Amino acid sequence: MAGAGSNYLNHEKGIMSWLTSRDHKRIGLLYFYTVGFFFLLGGIFAMLIRTELFSAGMQFTPELYNRFMTYHGVIMVFFVIIPGIPAILGNIIMPLQIGARDVAFPLVNLMSWYCYIAGAALGVASLFMGETVLWGIFGGADTGWTFYTPYSIKFSAANITAAFAAFVAGFSSILTGVNFVATVHKLRCPGMTMNRIPLFVWALYATAILQVLATPVVGITVALLAMENIFGIGFFDPELGGDPVLFQHFFWFYSHPAVYIMILPAMGVISELITAFSKKTIFGYTAIAYSSLAIAGVSFLVWGHHMYVSSQSEIAGLVFSILTMFVGVPTAIKLFNWLATLYKGSIQMQSPMLYALGFLFIFTIGGVTGIFLATIATDVHFHDTYFVVAHFHYVMVGGTLMAIMGGALYWFPKITGKMFNESIARMSFVFIFVGFNVTFFPQFILGAMGMPRRYADYLPAFESLNRISSLGSYVIGFGFIIALYVFINGWRKGAPAPANPWGAKTLEWTVPSPPPHENFDKIPTVTAGPYEYR
Amino acid sequence: MSTGNTHHYAHHFESAEHEYESSKQGVWIFLTSEILMFGVLFVGYMIYHHMYPEMFKYGAKALDWRLGALNTVVLLTSSLTMVLGVHYCQVNNKQKAVMNLAITIACGAIFMVVKYFEYSHKIHAGKLPGMWFTADTHGFENLPLYFSFYFMMTGLHGIHVLAGMCLILWVLIRANRGEFNENYYTPVEGVGLFWHLVDLIWIFLFPLLYLV
Repeated sequence: MAGAGSNYLNHEKGIMSWLTSRDHKRIGLLYFYTVGFFFLLGGIFAMLIRTELFSAGMQFTPELYNRFMTYHGVIMVFFVIIPGIPAILGNIIMPLQIGARDVAFPLVNLMSWYCYIAGAALGVASLFMGETVLWGIFGGADTGWTFYTPYSIKFSAANITAAFAAFVAGFSSILTGVNFVATVHKLRCPGMTMNRIPLFVWALYATAILQVLATPVVGITVALLAMENIFGIGFFDPELGGDPVLFQHFFWFYSHPAVYIMILPAMGVISELITAFSKKTIFGYTAIAYSSLAIAGVSFLVWGHHMYVSSQSEIAGLVFSILTMFVGVPTAIKLFNWLATLYKGSIQMQSPMLYALGFLFIFTIGGVTGIFLATIATDVHFHDTYFVVAHFHYVMVGGTLMAIMGGALYWFPKITGKMFNESIARMSFVFIFVGFNVTFFPQFILGAMGMPRRYADYLPAFESLNRISSLGSYVIGFGFIIALYVFINGWRKGAPAPANPWGAKTLEWTVPSPPPHENFDKIPTVTAGPYEYR
Repeated sequence: MSTGNTHHYAHHFESAEHEYESSKQGVWIFLTSEILMFGVLFVGYMIYHHMYPEMFKYGAKALDWRLGALNTVVLLTSSLTMVLGVHYCQVNNKQKAVMNLAITIACGAIFMVVKYFEYSHKIHAGKLPGMWFTADTHGFENLPLYFSFYFMMTGLHGIHVLAGMCLILWVLIRANRGEFNENYYTPVEGVGLFWHLVDLIWIFLFPLLYLV
């Protein structure tokens, strides 16, 4: 059992000890493998989309394209980005950061991973369905990840199953949320007041509240969609007196907060990275902490900005427009505080820091273009064009994926006990960062020129910019292959990592790398804030 | 009882009290999420009731308010016995705890039986949700929508009643084994909270569906 050299990776052996583990670090790693697999799958669908759009005219069939687009969205949103940071990095790091031995409900934590697996299995199964359950290899849902009615109420086994996959995956998200809220409330170590918890924990806390409050709404909404398919209940069917737009309202009541479920933990990671690699106390701790809660709060009041042109009243549009712009305030507070932290810091350009700086650059563009879309006058033009696609990729991919990569590299030595190859990791950043901008910046221009999103084909006039975009997507793909190599190579051959390779100040760096099964030999007592650099 | 009375709390808690407080909070957070889930149906009800007030009034006439009232009384009684079940666990009275939990399950069963008769009556009359509706609409062309709401809301609630009964059975078996005492009764209390929520939701469903 516990002896010298015993850690969470080797204290029990065998596959069953992993599949039944209640150790938050092991569950985090289980999530890492599965989410990583789906990221690969979603990425392949993304490149298939870009291959179709490489030239005007059809490369695949329109039906096939619709499926690529749907699965890229469903997988990336429900199975990669939403669980990404909380379930992987949050699970592994958060209890360590607040000085706890585990999350509040370890069994619930394991259950959440099984919910994720069940949802994922349904999602994969739906790939082989069509209008009927046994459809064959080229089946799959084709509604887009938003499952919009009335198209989605036309009976299709694949669509129901894909929607149900999202429903089941939602339970995993709720359970994680319940766990994290209780953990942050109840398991902080002595002296760890709410004003001393690391900003990553603040961000996860705000996210967990969103997960608990918003996810059940989309759960029941897609369940009703399935009922609509099977029983024709008519809630969203105008023929029976229902309203298809009501689906959009319910859907976005979750899915807009979901955008913040994706980005808030990313912001938390960035807060950690910026301060650790500037060797300087974070500027405006309180402002960053409470702006997370502010974003979470406002996020529930802005869903209507997805429906400016879907028969929503003008006054409602106006109110939603103003509320949406409010989101810019706490977001900017964070951004300026990060910049102020960098100012006169001893900045070290390690690869996690490169990803953090990449985040600042890309996320700012994503955030500012969000204001364009919040403005009704411009949104009427931009709505359902590639401008929207570019905007949310700048936020979700440029924001969240940059943070996942930065965070994964930053905590890699802690999680695995090994160092990765720094220069190859920097190379992965260059490819991903450049590839990302080459892929998505042209889409802003295409959208402004009026190219509609989701179509399998386009006018010849849009071809050259689309080519640039497609080539960029292959560069991103290459960048992630390099990143995968960094992880695998680091884990297999990396030099042993010291307890605190970056000289960071939060609690997880006080324990050995990798941490022992019980995290702390003795629960620490905290006497100061998390970022006491200088 | 002597040594069996101390509860072994999980390794990541400081004390049994700490574990109890945390678990209870977890249940409350989960219940919030349940409320949001039912909230969607209530909001949908509100919107369509506002759009078709006369139709909803007419639809409600098809339901027998006496059966609804009976079920309300049954569920309220079950909430009382649930509270008593928790209480007797806390004061180490195993026999009475088990008895009260058993009555709670029985009340849940009565509720479901009454619901079964209500459902089969409506299914027989063709008053089914949406496109399966075959009864006469009496000029209210969106009447099927009312029955969609009826079946979806009571259906989701019914699933919760069944889930609650299973959970109570689980704590009943554990109570019967003598696992609960003044120092440890967290699962009974958690299940009790869930059962009260199920009861509470019915308190809203009853007037909205039967009495409007």
